[in-house]
Amino acid sequence: MSARRILRSWWLEVVSLLVALVVFVVPFVFILLTASKTVSESARLGFTLPTTWEILGNLGQVLSARNGMMVNAMRNSLLLTVSSVTLIVFLSAMVGYLLQRRQDRWATLASALMLAGLVVPPAIVPTIYVLQSIGLFKTLFGMILVEVAIMMPFAVMVFRTFVSAIPRELDEAAIMDGASPITLFMKVIFPLLRPAMITVIVVASVGIYNDFTGPLYFLPGSDNATVQLTLFEFQSQWSTQWNLLFADVLLITIPPFVMFIFFQRQMVAGMTAGAVKG
Amino acid sequence: MQRTRRRTDNKVGAYPHWFYLPAGLIFAVIFVAPTILSFYFSLTRWTLFDTQFIGFDNFVQFFKEPALVSGARNSIIYAIVTCSLKVILGLLLATLLTSRLRVRNLLRSIIFFPVLVSTVAVGITFAVLMHPSNGLINRTLEVFGIDGPSWLSDPNISLLSVAFVDVWKGVGLALVLFIAGILSIPEEYFEAARLEGGNWVKFRYVILPLSRNATFTVILLSFIGGLRSFDLIWTMTRGGPGFASDVIASTIYKQYQAGFYGLATAGNVILFIAVTLIVFPMMRFFNRHEVEL
Repeated sequence: MSARRILRSWWLEVVSLLVALVVFVVPFVFILLTASKTVSESARLGFTLPTTWEILGNLGQVLSARNGMMVNAMRNSLLLTVSSVTLIVFLSAMVGYLLQRRQDRWATLASALMLAGLVVPPAIVPTIYVLQSIGLFKTLFGMILVEVAIMMPFAVMVFRTFVSAIPRELDEAAIMDGASPITLFMKVIFPLLRPAMITVIVVASVGIYNDFTGPLYFLPGSDNATVQLTLFEFQSQWSTQWNLLFADVLLITIPPFVMFIFFQRQMVAGMTAGAVKG
Repeated sequence: MQRTRRRTDNKVGAYPHWFYLPAGLIFAVIFVAPTILSFYFSLTRWTLFDTQFIGFDNFVQFFKEPALVSGARNSIIYAIVTCSLKVILGLLLATLLTSRLRVRNLLRSIIFFPVLVSTVAVGITFAVLMHPSNGLINRTLEVFGIDGPSWLSDPNISLLSVAFVDVWKGVGLALVLFIAGILSIPEEYFEAARLEGGNWVKFRYVILPLSRNATFTVILLSFIGGLRSFDLIWTMTRGGPGFASDVIASTIYKQYQAGFYGLATAGNVILFIAVTLIVFPMMRFFNRHEVEL
């Protein structure tokens, strides 16, 4: 009787959870299982528990493959992500703030450009040409600038929306107290932008860390390889060593997973905010 | 008088234009300049060493070569398929997850997580899951007596198989946008729907019409994303078998690798024009038909 009542009131929960587990969780479990197997066992591509858990050995092999190419790639990815995101936060906050506070012809132009940046696909080969003419092609710094340009429109939109909720009286009070424009921005406005900043930081860092097309075009060569490029290269190289390939997949999925655990709310808020007013 | 003038001066002075400068400089050099240059370079035969003006030859070639034409067609198919599936599934899931379902937060997290995972990782994983004989998908189908297709090596369905994975990865974003849209609908409407009838009335007469802004956003984002998509297709099929799943972005990459920079740039300009012609009118339409809540 009571079991039937529980079933009747919980059936939708049970069914939807089961479907979600099969569709969305099983692929990740498959990654974990395959990454834990031996070469020969992983070659069967089965969804089975490994007979012996080789996960640590496999991860070690991935990290030491090709003279620690993976470790180098992780350093590159970290450097690329952190420097790009830092630049994006400061520069976009300045633009979003000015756009909202001083609505003149420049603001109209800037808004139009940001909109274009959200929609228009980047022109690949001409970008390479420009980077090459200023000596930044195949350099981490050039790649950073590309990521900044690509992510900026989204960040500006988030900051602009957020600045509109900060009362202008605050600016005026600071000016009365003799604050210069830069002090006003850095000491009064910027600290208040914290929630928007967190949003921009989490969304942009996941986006840049996961970027594959950018490094593929603008950062070729194994010295500069980012983790996504390394994974892509390993795909063809390790087509018979599925355990190592999936150990690499697992390794690369850890940073976004950590972000997800700690910042899910901000991430959802950010993606919603960045999209709603386009 | 004196005082008011000083105040306005102060106001403008507090917001100096040079705040645009650092961001503007990067954006102009890295984004605006290449976009403008692309129109010129698309009209040239362009190698590493020199450029030669050849008029519209690249575009003519783009529309004459079957492989390139099918790339353009595939981009549109891919955009339409992924976009409509994300809208339909996203809206249905959001309706379910804004109801009184007790596990809604857990479900939302589970469905949203793939949005954050690297596209290359997702592509590699699904390429294995879709393996024709040993892959988990076909093995599962076999249990039910279904002979699963060769998802990625059958030219008739390889593009759709990739599109399916794209939806798997991206539906979580559509979901959270729809949830935000539904949650912004005032409670009175739901009250009224409850009095009028059941869930169908709620969905058909409240959620569907009043989450229109979210629908527009999802359509725009996923359509733009669909037209531009590259990573997933490139990691799963490399455009193959043959040219069966080539899209504009993958033909651009192939032309670039082959050293046909002018042709690659023409592909970029075509993508630019396609996106502009489709997306900006869409935006105008959506802006006119926004609902006020």
